[in-house]
Amino acid sequence: MRPGLAKGLAVTLRTMMKRSGTRQYPEVAPDLAPRSRGVIALFEENCTVCMLCARECPDWCIYIDSHKETMPAEGSARARSRNVLDRFAIDYSLCMYCGICVEVCPFDALFWSPEFEYAAYDIAELTHERDRLREWMWTVPPPQAHEPNADPPKELR
Amino acid sequence: MRDVVALVLVTVAFLTLPLIIGQAEHKVMAHMQGRLGPMYAGGFHGWAQLVADGVKFAQKEDTVPAAADRRIFLLAPGVALVPYLVVLAVVPVGPGQVAVDLSLGLFFALAVMGIGVIGSIMAGWASANKYSLLGGMRVAAQLVSYELPMVLAAASAAMAAGTLNLSGIAGAWQWWWLVWQAPAAVVFFLAGLAELRRPPFDMPVADSEIIFGPYTEYGGLRFAFFLLAEYAGILVVCSLTTVLFLGGWQGPLLPGFLWTLIKVFLLAFVVIWFRVAFPRLREDQLQRLAWVYLVPIALGQLALTGVVKVVTGA
Repeated sequence: MRPGLAKGLAVTLRTMMKRSGTRQYPEVAPDLAPRSRGVIALFEENCTVCMLCARECPDWCIYIDSHKETMPAEGSARARSRNVLDRFAIDYSLCMYCGICVEVCPFDALFWSPEFEYAAYDIAELTHERDRLREWMWTVPPPQAHEPNADPPKELR
Repeated sequence: MRDVVALVLVTVAFLTLPLIIGQAEHKVMAHMQGRLGPMYAGGFHGWAQLVADGVKFAQKEDTVPAAADRRIFLLAPGVALVPYLVVLAVVPVGPGQVAVDLSLGLFFALAVMGIGVIGSIMAGWASANKYSLLGGMRVAAQLVSYELPMVLAAASAAMAAGTLNLSGIAGAWQWWWLVWQAPAAVVFFLAGLAELRRPPFDMPVADSEIIFGPYTEYGGLRFAFFLLAEYAGILVVCSLTTVLFLGGWQGPLLPGFLWTLIKVFLLAFVVIWFRVAFPRLREDQLQRLAWVYLVPIALGQLALTGVVKVVTGA
């Protein structure tokens, strides 16, 4: 008898004696790292409709519609204008979770959320609009604290 | 009346024990691979998984390929399954507890088990499919090579006991047979596995090269019969090994039939264990194992048994 045969038997027997690592997902929630990249959430109050995310997206899965509003300025100055977000949607059937939109957003309006349970029965239902993206924002963990001896944040200086 | 009750009990055992072995295979194999196996069917740890599988198989369409030899194709699963039921009737579970006590029990069991293999060859030939035919030919080659060491090893046990009656062999068993008949026990068990085409001897159904061998064209209930025949075959081979080489019902404290069951299930565990631990033997390695190792070992054992019998003058 070759030693390899006994070794095979030993390995399988030892594995059988150990507890299986399987987590029974729907009954038992998985232990995810807090910064897991499950879905991209939108903090729409920060969005300026700069369109950088939509343009950087490799597979064009971000839809943004907006209009311009003007507000009369005091005195004889020219009226102020600002962009107002009408629609912000991400098509998760196209999204490849590269996170470039999160990286590129200059105003911190896009965040990774650990939420991952948004499977749908229809591919059209995977396009999520701004209200759903805004709800996911609540699941984003707060930013990490600065290190003890680091410089204070720039906006507080 | 006693015969009827005994045959009913044998039939019940034939219908339930293979399922228990199958379920044990699901769970043992899963845990040996670090998985859990079936967990949902029936609620508690998937105990009803095989019942669910049976219901699924029964719902499927019973198809026969257009080019197939229809009658043989339809008959093959029955030919594969029924012999094991017949063999089970002559296997003793306790002293005097046997459905049919044949004086040529061992001869009968080995002869009928050979027929079960014919079912697979029929399936392979009648399917009109090249993979089935290759599988059927491999089954035939395997039957021819492994029948010989199996019969020789069984003959050694019969010679040691001085009878072909299975109850007589189990009754004559002494604990030191474990050493004296050990080579024959190993040869018989391995040859039995090979005859069942269980891994690592599953060359005839090697799914990665010939789909599923002789069973490629089968579906639904007939396919389920082939699967059931495999597990019934495990039961039969394990119980024959128990009776011939492990003393059948002999053991302290517990009643005889329990000892038989314990030994049978321990052997069935080993069958499952081999499946998980060992890779499939190539066709030439398979033949080599039979002719270069098992047959000479069985012949040597036969000579040893004869010499010991003559010297002790029994």
